[in-house]
Amino acid sequence: MRKFDTKVQYLKYQVLREVARMAWNDTLLDAAVDIPKMIVPGKRPTMRCCVYKERAILAERVKIAMGGDKSNPNVIEVIDIACDECPMGGYEVSNSCRGCLAHRCEDACRKGAITFDHNHAAHIDKSKCVECGACAKVCPYSAIVNHKRPCENSCKVKAISMNEDACASVDNGKCVSCGACVYQCPFGAITDKSFILSVIDLIKKSDGNKNYKVYAVVAPSISSQFEYAKLGQVISAIKELGFFTVVEAALGADMVAYSEAAELVEKKTLTSSCCPAFVDYIKKQFPDLEKYVSHNLSPMATIAKYIKETTPGAKIVFIGPCTAKKMEFQKPEIRPYIDCVITFEELQALFDSRDMDIKTLPEDVLDNASYYGRIFARSGGLSDAVAQALKEQGLEDFDLQAVSCDGIEECRKALLRLKAGAAEGSFIEGMACLGGCIGGAGCLTHGEKNKAEVDKYGWEAYEKTISDAISVFKLK
Amino acid sequence: MKITICIGSSCHLKGSRQVVEKLQELIAQHDLQEKVELSGTFCMENCQKGVCAMLDGRVFSLTPEQTELFFKEEILPKA
Repeated sequence: MRKFDTKVQYLKYQVLREVARMAWNDTLLDAAVDIPKMIVPGKRPTMRCCVYKERAILAERVKIAMGGDKSNPNVIEVIDIACDECPMGGYEVSNSCRGCLAHRCEDACRKGAITFDHNHAAHIDKSKCVECGACAKVCPYSAIVNHKRPCENSCKVKAISMNEDACASVDNGKCVSCGACVYQCPFGAITDKSFILSVIDLIKKSDGNKNYKVYAVVAPSISSQFEYAKLGQVISAIKELGFFTVVEAALGADMVAYSEAAELVEKKTLTSSCCPAFVDYIKKQFPDLEKYVSHNLSPMATIAKYIKETTPGAKIVFIGPCTAKKMEFQKPEIRPYIDCVITFEELQALFDSRDMDIKTLPEDVLDNASYYGRIFARSGGLSDAVAQALKEQGLEDFDLQAVSCDGIEECRKALLRLKAGAAEGSFIEGMACLGGCIGGAGCLTHGEKNKAEVDKYGWEAYEKTISDAISVFKLK
Repeated sequence: MKITICIGSSCHLKGSRQVVEKLQELIAQHDLQEKVELSGTFCMENCQKGVCAMLDGRVFSLTPEQTELFFKEEILPKA
């Protein structure tokens, strides 16, 4: 049974699972120190130079699974001893260079940085090179390689640099907590703090939902996860963990699409507020564009607010693909509605900490939202939903110019255009992760078929229009 | 008077929106907007008997078709 994309995710999961198992049994305080040896028993190293280093790193992972460094406000944290200090020399000629006659590299280089030695092999003069990569593109032997660290490469907001020890370091002033580096670091040296202990505590203290009810609000991208079981079985498993019931965040998304359409007509230019990493990116890199950010709460906060208003005392845990949501819920304006946030990776660890066999559970139902709310999980879905919401409110005459930005680089381009003066009717849908939420760092898998899975789940919704889905919001 | 309708997934699939719409229509017809308050909640722990509705601490099991009868028997006399 394949649950994760990489062994790094699997390792992180093992730690989370053991931490959770001990937390349920109230043995964590005494036994947490034993976890590294449980995961790496024996004397032979399987991942690093020796078992002692492996265990030392696992001890750090245990700390992060228990909430991490409280003095660091960011949920994205570097485990410095796990960082392999990857080479970072930029473009270099490897020994695959055959010293050919054509010298396409030399012709392609506009800075005159390529020279040849007595064997006709190419060399790059680093004092002239601007790291444009033109030489690498034209080499017929692919002999020119770019030594750029995967973390730096994945970080499109350029928040990662190397410190004096050649270890990765995150600039919290730039980081939007999207988690791209978490998923991309091949050594698992950058990771997201976990709040699973708060969730376990909430569930335990509810005493079977007698003291208060604990609601799970799940993101629609769940439809592309847990592919080894049916969605209905996953819903049963969430309830089995001790949640009172499960509600779709997509119903909040329906509401957001509906009010965002009206807001767009009023303001003429709007950027979406669903993706917390995108909103944070605007605040940090494009502060003059903050006035365009939609005033709507995110779908997560919208549905949670409604639950809290209709059920006094309710506690709400958001379960999704997103590390940036772990930042969003700590904002003072969101904190009253959301009690905790965990990812699908962490949900999997919680299931297995209770040794649940999800495939044997009965199928429960999950159906609150419409097709449009559900497709928020993938890039382009939000724009489709806003177009539909305009139609349902009789505002189809509004000239909607929607730009769906798939990933932070496209967001940057669209924001630069907006800064230069946008056309009326601009709606910028910003999603920091490639593919939208289904590309989130907290997903178990990032498969090719995920978009199709989300669309299929969308079509299965009982409600066919946004207006019908959100009619429940009139009930107080 | 407050009537709480379950809008959880199971009741939703059994027609809780239609029940709510019917009640809203009947309440408007009888001019009871001031006296009868409709509210919603996600799950009333009685999924098999959905659509669940709660009135004065009592739980009723409704369908969209039975809603009018429920209104006439339980709401109208007390409103």
